[in-house]
Amino acid sequence: MKTREICKLLNAKVLAGEHLLDNDIESAFGSDLMSDVLTFANGRMALLTGLNNPQVIRTAEMSDIPLIIFVRGRTPSEEVVKMASERDICILATEFIMYEACGTLYKAGLLPCTRLSNV
Amino acid sequence: MALYTRQAFFHALDFQMYDKIFAEYIFTISHGNFEMAGSASSSIKKILKHMEMGKAFIRRVCIACYEVEMNMVIHSIGGKIRLEILPNGVTIIAEDFGPGIPDIEKALKDGFSTASKEIISKGFGAGRGFSNIKLNSDRFNINSQVGKGTRLELLFIFRKE
Repeated sequence: MKTREICKLLNAKVLAGEHLLDNDIESAFGSDLMSDVLTFANGRMALLTGLNNPQVIRTAEMSDIPLIIFVRGRTPSEEVVKMASERDICILATEFIMYEACGTLYKAGLLPCTRLSNV
Repeated sequence: MALYTRQAFFHALDFQMYDKIFAEYIFTISHGNFEMAGSASSSIKKILKHMEMGKAFIRRVCIACYEVEMNMVIHSIGGKIRLEILPNGVTIIAEDFGPGIPDIEKALKDGFSTASKEIISKGFGAGRGFSNIKLNSDRFNINSQVGKGTRLELLFIFRKE
């Protein structure tokens, strides 16, 4: 699924990586626990989270996650957005709560990410 | 302080030329600097990328290294992370100045954590760190002495991608 489509489905704002909207996303993972994200992450995954500190960007950077979706109206600081831009990570922000955002994407056919898949 | 000699650490994997180090990089880690946490792992990623190592290999090293770095920022009073580039792999050696881990066996158990609520609310300290480190490295060696510090050695071997 294209990032652009995900953005539309979640009625989200693009905060960083406008040029990355045509990237393909194969799976998604929703969590506020970064160690869990690091266990499951793969290269074409969207991370849905309610956390908005710099460690979310670091986690994405280390595990090659190209798309972060901040849920329940959480918006990150300018510093966090800048960090993402510098690392070519796309950031979307939606008013949807985690449950609703995950459900919407699942219903639209985006797969759950499986442990240690090496995409 | 290490449980194994350098030779023994590599020998179990039939690792050749363990004493040949092509390059070495040292990073200082400070306690409690949550905003900066991960910057050493980020630099390590840049170095490995620059050396054109495989994507999956870099991810394994960086995920493990980032967990190590977060552990040091959260639990230690500060220390150093050393990256060594070897002929057929890399090592990460993390050494801190304390406080040391009283019961290593317990600390290594999945889910065990002594992190504060504040750290947990920031997305860390769920007791998954060591499991992730073990999962991503090819060899894992830890030694700790209360009052002195902890030393962690990780080996990552290149694989065909």
